[in-house]
Amino acid sequence: MSESDSQAIYEKLYEEAKKKIDAKENKAQVLVGTATCGVSAGALKIKEDFEREIKEKDLDVDVVEVGCIGHCYAEPLAVIAKPGHPAVCYGYLDDGLVHRLVEDFLAGDDPSYEYALAALERNDVFPTFEDFPRGQYEHKLILENCGFIDVRDINNYIARDGYKALSKALEKEPSAVLEEVKAANLRGRGGAGFPAGIKWEACIKSGQDEKYVICNADEGDPGAFMDRSILESDPHLVIEGMILCAYAIGAQKGYLYIRAEYPRAVGHVQEALDQARAKGLLGESIMDTEFSFDLEIFQGSGAFVCGEATALVNSMEGNMGMPESRPPRLASQGFRGKPTVLNNVKTFAYVPYIINRGADWFKEIGTKDNPGTAVFSLVGKVNNTGLVEVPMGTTLRELVFDVGDGLRDNKEFKAVQIGGPSGGCLPESALDVPIDFDSLHEAGAIMGSGGLVVLDENDCMVSVSRYFLEFTQHESCGKCTFCRLGTKHMLDILNGITRGKGDAETLELLKELAEDVRDGSLCNLGKTAPNPVLTTLEYFMDEYKAHIEEGRCPAGVCRELILYYIEPPKCSKLCNVCVGSCPTEAIFTRDDGLKEIDQEKCVKCDNCLKACPPEYNAIVKLSPPVLPPEKEKTAK
Amino acid sequence: MQLMEGEKEQIISCVDEVLSNSTKEKEDLIPILQKVQARLGYLPALAMEKIAEGTDVPTVDVYGLATFYNQFRLNPPGDHEVKVCLGTACYMVGGDITLESFERRMEINEGETTSDRRYSLERVACVGCCTMAPVVVVDDEVEGKVTPTRVDGIMLELEGKNGKSGDNNSSNAGQNTGSKDDPTKEVGEQK
Ligand SMILES: Cc1cc2nc3c(=O)[nH]c(=O)nc-3n(C[C@H](O)[C@H](O)[C@H](O)COP(=O)(O)O)c2cc1C
Ligand code: FES
Repeated sequence: MSESDSQAIYEKLYEEAKKKIDAKENKAQVLVGTATCGVSAGALKIKEDFEREIKEKDLDVDVVEVGCIGHCYAEPLAVIAKPGHPAVCYGYLDDGLVHRLVEDFLAGDDPSYEYALAALERNDVFPTFEDFPRGQYEHKLILENCGFIDVRDINNYIARDGYKALSKALEKEPSAVLEEVKAANLRGRGGAGFPAGIKWEACIKSGQDEKYVICNADEGDPGAFMDRSILESDPHLVIEGMILCAYAIGAQKGYLYIRAEYPRAVGHVQEALDQARAKGLLGESIMDTEFSFDLEIFQGSGAFVCGEATALVNSMEGNMGMPESRPPRLASQGFRGKPTVLNNVKTFAYVPYIINRGADWFKEIGTKDNPGTAVFSLVGKVNNTGLVEVPMGTTLRELVFDVGDGLRDNKEFKAVQIGGPSGGCLPESALDVPIDFDSLHEAGAIMGSGGLVVLDENDCMVSVSRYFLEFTQHESCGKCTFCRLGTKHMLDILNGITRGKGDAETLELLKELAEDVRDGSLCNLGKTAPNPVLTTLEYFMDEYKAHIEEGRCPAGVCRELILYYIEPPKCSKLCNVCVGSCPTEAIFTRDDGLKEIDQEKCVKCDNCLKACPPEYNAIVKLSPPVLPPEKEKTAK
Repeated sequence: MQLMEGEKEQIISCVDEVLSNSTKEKEDLIPILQKVQARLGYLPALAMEKIAEGTDVPTVDVYGLATFYNQFRLNPPGDHEVKVCLGTACYMVGGDITLESFERRMEINEGETTSDRRYSLERVACVGCCTMAPVVVVDDEVEGKVTPTRVDGIMLELEGKNGKSGDNNSSNAGQNTGSKDDPTKEVGEQK
């Protein structure tokens, strides 16, 4: 095999792709974000609206589906790229706005900046995303293409240097790929931060011929969506990373383990695999070399514990997803008993960049021991929710207040929950912790795979820790006693506290149990399940105490500890909205015309509070649930 | 849940077809269950028995898998499927209250189907649009910011739809189960 074969093949693929993409970019394009987040907000309908309006005006404009650009708070979103103007991103689209944009910008020539979020390219008329605080902190690496390329056409990826890393790698020995990844100190992004290069090397050292590469896209954190967004927005990046890994370790076959609940991700990846195969980038003799490797999707059936490496392999083998004690590690004995490399979606996504630009370049981003970036799905009570990517070492404060633009409705910050059910809740005082694997671990949370929820004064920390524990308790596979019974017992205690039951000893017991479960469980599900409880006990003890000592839920969340009350001075006799909103007919009109709630019948559904017109705002939640002595009644 | 007329035959032919396109190896068991569920909308006991027979795996093991994994459902879906998101962001803003409102209106618990098979209710974790929390997915349409009051509105709209399509809805509930959401439907075949 001549050495430059793969290079020549790549050049040809690139030229072809570039020609096709350039031709498209010579005319106006509308890129509609149709990742799951966009679709949920109605992006498919927006796409149809654009297509219809464009057809009616008989314009020569392409409407294409792209992934998520990360600004999910403003969904549905679209980017309009028209030659002669900077590409501009518009948010909060509806049919009226689509009509205007088509008429004024596409048919006319007015970019309607008053509706724009930001421009995408530097220009002297309108600011770009980089000009906002968020842009200053963000550093897009593996999200670089997300939301800008048509995921359903491989040429877009190739025209942006896609598969170049593969062609470069194929010219060298497999060990060169390994050395580069090792030198980059790429740490696994699935939560634990284990160096990928060392894992790969262990697999090579096993000395066996049959090996497997598996991508963990199980994403079990119930409040996170970064892995899904990446697969939906730039699937080839992950695929190329996996092929590079396979080349480095000498694997012939690989799998993407994707949740069946992620139909768009499954569909886009399947399409991407087919197109890569058709171009000779996957399958037999990749780029005409002797290296053959193929990939397949395995659809995970939705069990949180299956995100754990050994459980995932068990489930692929047709068993219940129960974790095994290690060693043996997967690297020596994994899928079908053969050496296996398992990495997270994002871990693989970094690999093409590292091969293309080198380990030294990678290490310049982030911190010394945590090179590169961190990707989060930022949700909860912040203004700018969405998918964000910042260099490692950015502080939580910067992430919440600059990237996230602070809290919604000027509410007071209470905590960030980071790392999902295995992570912890950190208070204001911990906001200056830099985001990296080690610092977060020290603070009691974990990096996790990137779920980050911001909580405000209206969130009850006891209820939050109860929520996560209920989740892990339900997902415990039941194999080991500590996890199965320990979490159950903890959940019972927490349920009691949310009803105001317990005393100082209860909290002691809860803490002891949490530590026992952490120390005694077999796998990391059990070992980390107590984290939300332990961190809230440490940082928010006063809230626990308010529940058990005063029967009061400070945030007014725990329903056994609140009651709904209509404040007579505020209630308007002319309005009947609350009565109609009540599902149990608990609200009645008193003789004096004011409304009152029959506490016996009230199911605390929150309907009336939401229904009461803001100009009256007469309904309040009282905690502890004690009715005030009614002054009017005595006055009557 | 009682099987309806003709359902038994439908189940058997579906399982036969899926099995004939598979290796019948243990590794293929989860994909088989996924495909059968994609077609029938759920995994009736009869289907699991037939799968066990066909793959030579003990029936309890098949039951074991079907109950271990959240994806599998043992009840037939209703004509109208309501999924309430209880992911972190939705839970924080009262997703559980929304779920409870649906339970009250449908008179069933989460995970169940009404006996006339009109409605089924499920909880799901993060639909991916946390900004719109609390989120409910009604017959594959995502709706955001669902207040408990809106629950009544949704139920009224669904009841309206029932009225129009009349009784033929309930006679073959097993059929219109294909949910767009179900990936095995879209891509499972291509494998
Ligand atoms: C209960 C549990 C759930 C997990 N869920 C995931 C997950 O959803 N995605 C993931 O990539 N890793 C998950 N992990 C971590 C994996 O076990 C494994 O460490 C990781 O996939 C390795 O990839 P990495 O080295 O690239 O991080 C989970 C671990 C545990 C204990
Ligand atoms: S938590 Fe409900 S959509 Fe994310």
